[in-house]
Amino acid sequence: MKPPLRVLVAKPGLDGHDRGAKVIARALRDAGMEVIYTGLRQTPEMIVNAALQEDVQVIGLSILSGAHNAIVPRVMELLREKEMADVKVVVGGIIPDDDARELERLGVTRVFQPGASLDTIVACVREAAGLQ
Amino acid sequence: MVHNQFMPTRGPAFYQSGDVANPPAAPGHFPYTRGIHEGMYRTRLWTMRQFSGFSTPEETNRRYRYLLEQGQTGLSVAFDLPTLMGYDADDEMAAGEVGHCGAPVSSLDDMETLFAGIPLADVTVSMTINSPAAVIWAMYLVAAEKQGAQWANLSGTLQNDILKEYIAQKEYIFPPRPSMRLVTDTIEFGARQTPRFNPVSISGYHIREAGSTALQELAFTLRDGLEYADHAIERGLGIDEFAPRFSFFFNAHNDFFEEIAKYRAARQLWATLLRDRYGARDERSLKLRFHAQTAGCTLTWQQPYNNVVRTTLQAMAAVLGGAQSLHTNSLDEAFALPSEAAATLALRTQQVIAYESGLAAVPDPFGGSYYVENLTHRLDQCAREYIAKIDSMGGMVPAIEAGFPQAEIAAASYEYQKNVEAGKTVVVGVNRFQEQAEKPLELLRIDPAAETRQRAKLRELRARRGGDEVRRALGNLARTAEGGGNLMPPLIEAVRHYATLGEICGTLKNVFGTWEERPVI
Repeated sequence: MKPPLRVLVAKPGLDGHDRGAKVIARALRDAGMEVIYTGLRQTPEMIVNAALQEDVQVIGLSILSGAHNAIVPRVMELLREKEMADVKVVVGGIIPDDDARELERLGVTRVFQPGASLDTIVACVREAAGLQ
Repeated sequence: MVHNQFMPTRGPAFYQSGDVANPPAAPGHFPYTRGIHEGMYRTRLWTMRQFSGFSTPEETNRRYRYLLEQGQTGLSVAFDLPTLMGYDADDEMAAGEVGHCGAPVSSLDDMETLFAGIPLADVTVSMTINSPAAVIWAMYLVAAEKQGAQWANLSGTLQNDILKEYIAQKEYIFPPRPSMRLVTDTIEFGARQTPRFNPVSISGYHIREAGSTALQELAFTLRDGLEYADHAIERGLGIDEFAPRFSFFFNAHNDFFEEIAKYRAARQLWATLLRDRYGARDERSLKLRFHAQTAGCTLTWQQPYNNVVRTTLQAMAAVLGGAQSLHTNSLDEAFALPSEAAATLALRTQQVIAYESGLAAVPDPFGGSYYVENLTHRLDQCAREYIAKIDSMGGMVPAIEAGFPQAEIAAASYEYQKNVEAGKTVVVGVNRFQEQAEKPLELLRIDPAAETRQRAKLRELRARRGGDEVRRALGNLARTAEGGGNLMPPLIEAVRHYATLGEICGTLKNVFGTWEERPVI
């Protein structure tokens, strides 16, 4: 049997609204994945280090505060620097269309905007890890 | 799990006289189920108070003047995330976040700019700030004084509800116990110096936004209020010295009748609890006054014009439930901070309700409705069970430290989301009645140059102020924090010398430490 998929759910930036992050973490766990939730106010450095130490295949970032353009590119850059480009990144939150396209151009696998269903997110995380 | 016990839609198919106990007392009479005043809106309409702040203090000041010109009757300040977390705009932790979710205020200088040309002696101001509330309030008091206003005449509200931060919104800096000291300092200072200012606004809004049920919002909020009262009494204040200035802040969510019943239950519970637990006698202590805001979490990104309809229904529930002030959300707030056009429409929504609909004609028009009376009674009873459970844990601070309210809310929010997934809870435009190809809205974009400007202003401020005075004031603050005196006087002294928010919070962090929760998922 294959070991379960490991996912880091992270909440970067100063915002404390963690309802979405926690619901996603729980849904991924209920779907049989091993979920590590970082808690609040993680810097890009902390997130990438946690991803390395926990040996995850996917990182999920939850950002509602409008700080995604400062945070996400830095996470992608650190992943490249640490030769962790095989770790896939998905982002969820209040991300305007133009910004979502730009983040996907920087290598983010998928950006989920408000209203995305849990089923879609679970399926996308599996797919990102090459399981479907 | 207590939260499953209350499900309004799973009750009987209809209600009749046998489902209702005795009719409640008239409006304006104990326990104030039907409203805190006899005349209610016929005597005085609610305050239309739209939460607003973005970009820079200058931009926000322009929006405030615009809103006042449009007939808004009070101000409500939104601070940005660095300010809410006690960081200056030029702190590296603030990078990319300055001015995005509110106005940046790093010093007295920014506070003076925010209210330039707005007479603080006449306009009531509500400030949504929690962990660093005492510091921001000190800046506000000095800014008002410099305008020539007397502290004793200032009227407004400081949110300053740290308990719901640990429970729900998570904008905390210090551990719960020193945070409770800061809140108690402001309550004590307010009772002596600012008799018309509400030093704390005990908030269910954020608890609900974090995914709680109406019952949890009601129960946790009132239990938080009791916790603040316990601490103030321990400080040596009499209940009737401070409780008249407690104000509340509730969500106005989708379930119309449940929300009306929630406000009614909150009033009767608070009056009864204050009388029975503390022997409060002043009727102003017993009367629960509240601000309501329509539920941000119900706004959808899909078909955003539907949000106007949602907001209207929610605002109607708040008015029919007897709110003292109200914020109506803008239709574009699932995307961004509101544009001027969207903010204006949100204000017009309240004005239509107030002046055209007849909803304000008599207090509590649903009083005596079998259904609403039954819901009110059941919410009251179930909330008492929750409150007793938290009492048995030793109060709200120990309950928070044990993760109890956090876990209850996380469970409720996950259950809600699963119901949306399964289509059991309908969200129009999201899981039913979807449309392809929607028209995009014109959104407010925050100019990234705002952050650069704020940083430059702070650099100039640090160069121009008296460095020795700032150091002395911060040293004095640290000594009081280490000792036991009220922190408001040294905070006021520090901000007067233009010590910044970040410097002051840094000084307090050195003494109090910081807080990190063990996340509950």
